[in-house]
Amino acid sequence: MPEKKIRVLIAKPGLDGHDRGAKIIARALRDAGMEVIYTGLRQTPEMIATAAVQEDADVIGLSILSGAHNTICPQLMNLLREKGMQDVTVLVGGIIPEADIPAMKKSGIAEIFLPGTSTQDIVEFIHKRLAR
Amino acid sequence: MSDKVKGSAMTITTGDAPAVPRDPSSKERAWEEDTLRPTLEKSPERQAEFTTISGHPIRRLYTPADLPGWDPNRDLGFPGEPPYTRGIHSTMHRGRLWTMRQFAGFGTAEDTNARFRYLLAQGQTGLSTAFDLPTLMGYDSDHPLSEGEVGKCGVAISSLADMEVLFDKIPLANVTTSMTINSPAAVIWAMYLAVAEKQGADWKKISGTLQNDILKEYIAQKEYIYPPEPSMRLVIDTFEFAVKNTPKFNPISISGYHIREAGSTAIQELAFTLRDGMEYVEYGMRRGLDVDQFVPQLSFFFNAHSDFFEEIAKYRAARRIWHKAMVERYHAKNPRTWALRFHTQTAGCSLTAQQPYNNVVRTAIQALAAVLGGTQSLHTNSLDEAWALPTEFAATIALRTQQIIAHETGVTNTVDPLGGSYFVESLTNEVERGAWDYIEKIDAMGGMVPAIERSYPQREIAEASYRYQRELDKKEKIMVGVNDYVSDEKHLDTLQIDETVAHRQAERLAKLRVDRSQAEVDRRLNALRKAAQGQENLMPFLFDAVKSYATVGEICDALREVFGTYEEVAIT
Repeated sequence: MPEKKIRVLIAKPGLDGHDRGAKIIARALRDAGMEVIYTGLRQTPEMIATAAVQEDADVIGLSILSGAHNTICPQLMNLLREKGMQDVTVLVGGIIPEADIPAMKKSGIAEIFLPGTSTQDIVEFIHKRLAR
Repeated sequence: MSDKVKGSAMTITTGDAPAVPRDPSSKERAWEEDTLRPTLEKSPERQAEFTTISGHPIRRLYTPADLPGWDPNRDLGFPGEPPYTRGIHSTMHRGRLWTMRQFAGFGTAEDTNARFRYLLAQGQTGLSTAFDLPTLMGYDSDHPLSEGEVGKCGVAISSLADMEVLFDKIPLANVTTSMTINSPAAVIWAMYLAVAEKQGADWKKISGTLQNDILKEYIAQKEYIYPPEPSMRLVIDTFEFAVKNTPKFNPISISGYHIREAGSTAIQELAFTLRDGMEYVEYGMRRGLDVDQFVPQLSFFFNAHSDFFEEIAKYRAARRIWHKAMVERYHAKNPRTWALRFHTQTAGCSLTAQQPYNNVVRTAIQALAAVLGGTQSLHTNSLDEAWALPTEFAATIALRTQQIIAHETGVTNTVDPLGGSYFVESLTNEVERGAWDYIEKIDAMGGMVPAIERSYPQREIAEASYRYQRELDKKEKIMVGVNDYVSDEKHLDTLQIDETVAHRQAERLAKLRVDRSQAEVDRRLNALRKAAQGQENLMPFLFDAVKSYATVGEICDALREVFGTYEEVAIT
């Protein structure tokens, strides 16, 4: 029986439209054999959580460059808990000050990928994490 | 492994003419046999192929064989004369240095006003305003979607009251101001004109630039509100208004910067930007504007990336293409219509979060390319911008970088010092040809708006961006400190914007809504709505609305009701 494909929801929350990173990651994960759903721009935490349920996502990847992560991430993590999605792996990529990272990880975000991360590193991280 | 000796198998691109076979001289052939071949047999070159950062192939050596039929009088010309390859002014930076214009904006209007005044005191010669994301998207600071975004990526401006604070004690009659805003550009410009009026500055004399380039928003940066047609109407309304009322103000800065930041190649940046420019010219002419009256007020904005010669070739080719298009396509007669003026910003996407002090070096090299390419104004990025908006310390080094180029390097002593270089002239030809190929493809689609609607430029950029990422992942291209020469580093102190900015903005808006006459606001917003349903120029209605202290959000909402909003088809 073929192995079930890993399902990833790539989302771009907030008002920012710089989607270069989100699109590269979506394509790299797809090339690595994952099933990728890209939500498009300007998704609220509510829209992302709902899409994660509907798409039965194993992984949610958020691309945030605007400095709004401290507002968006806690809202999304609460919504995911409310919807019984606490097992989904949430990853954040973008411009995140190092000082904010410990609190984000404590809130349940599995990993934060900063600028310059290679796409292989992200693929490997997802494989390892989901193999647990 | 590169063991190819023969250059004669190649074809050569000659500007806008078809490619011809390369025909090296007997001396060059002898050099290949006698000198080059033994060297390559002993030690091959480092790579099989050398390419620019955009993936454009670069040959080993450029000689007269790379410029067949090249005529310096026709293809190079003289500075200040067509085809403007060497620059748009006869004395270029000997006559006047470029404007040193550092982009700034964060927090509240008070915070940014203080940074503006600091930069002017440090010798900066023009202002450039960064607005926050809610403002750019036409939302007030207290809108639910603005939560977490107020004052973060730029200054929060919700009404004329904020704009008055932003330019407090800055005489708009004497300072040129650039404003980076697109979908709500006409609204923000109306506020700027209202501040100028209050200061007693003559509209005929004030100068500056509104970015107002909505086409590149659909293509690259994605800060759009309305669908393309009503958006283009707003843009042309500003052109028409500028021609009549503000002859020294550029109502648009047609921007390749964001196209490049989204991952395009240099040729794509050039082609899409200039084709956007032609789209604006055609819409303006359809409105009945005279090409030789409004086009001289249109300005351009390019990226300065790290591939030094490719960037210089891009600027030189840009001027040549624009001149040709204005003459041949639109039959322009005014030399000011033919001459492409541009601002440059060094490449934000080339900055690395790792070893951030290296960014000072990257920025200096990129800025040098912009200067050698004949830029009219320049923003140099700060070393900490891969992490945050710049601190005052970092912004000062960025400004000093321009001052060092201007006063210490000697590159301003002569006009177009690279003119006549076999390599630079050949690359200029190739970049020009590559751009024309794209421009002609977009023509065949019916223009840029139809091309955008079928996601053509978006897809081309996404392909180029992914290709470059793969090259980095495979180490075919090196980014120092990122995929090679990696080392441990110390933490950098960066500028943090906290949520008190949002609270202060919310309080100010609450007070504004009490203090102003709501009846007057409603009356003027209704007049705007009604005008938007018709064909009239909306600038006078926007001007009336902002003066009643109607907010950016209220005005943009009134237009949303009439125009609707735009959602792109997300491609990955």
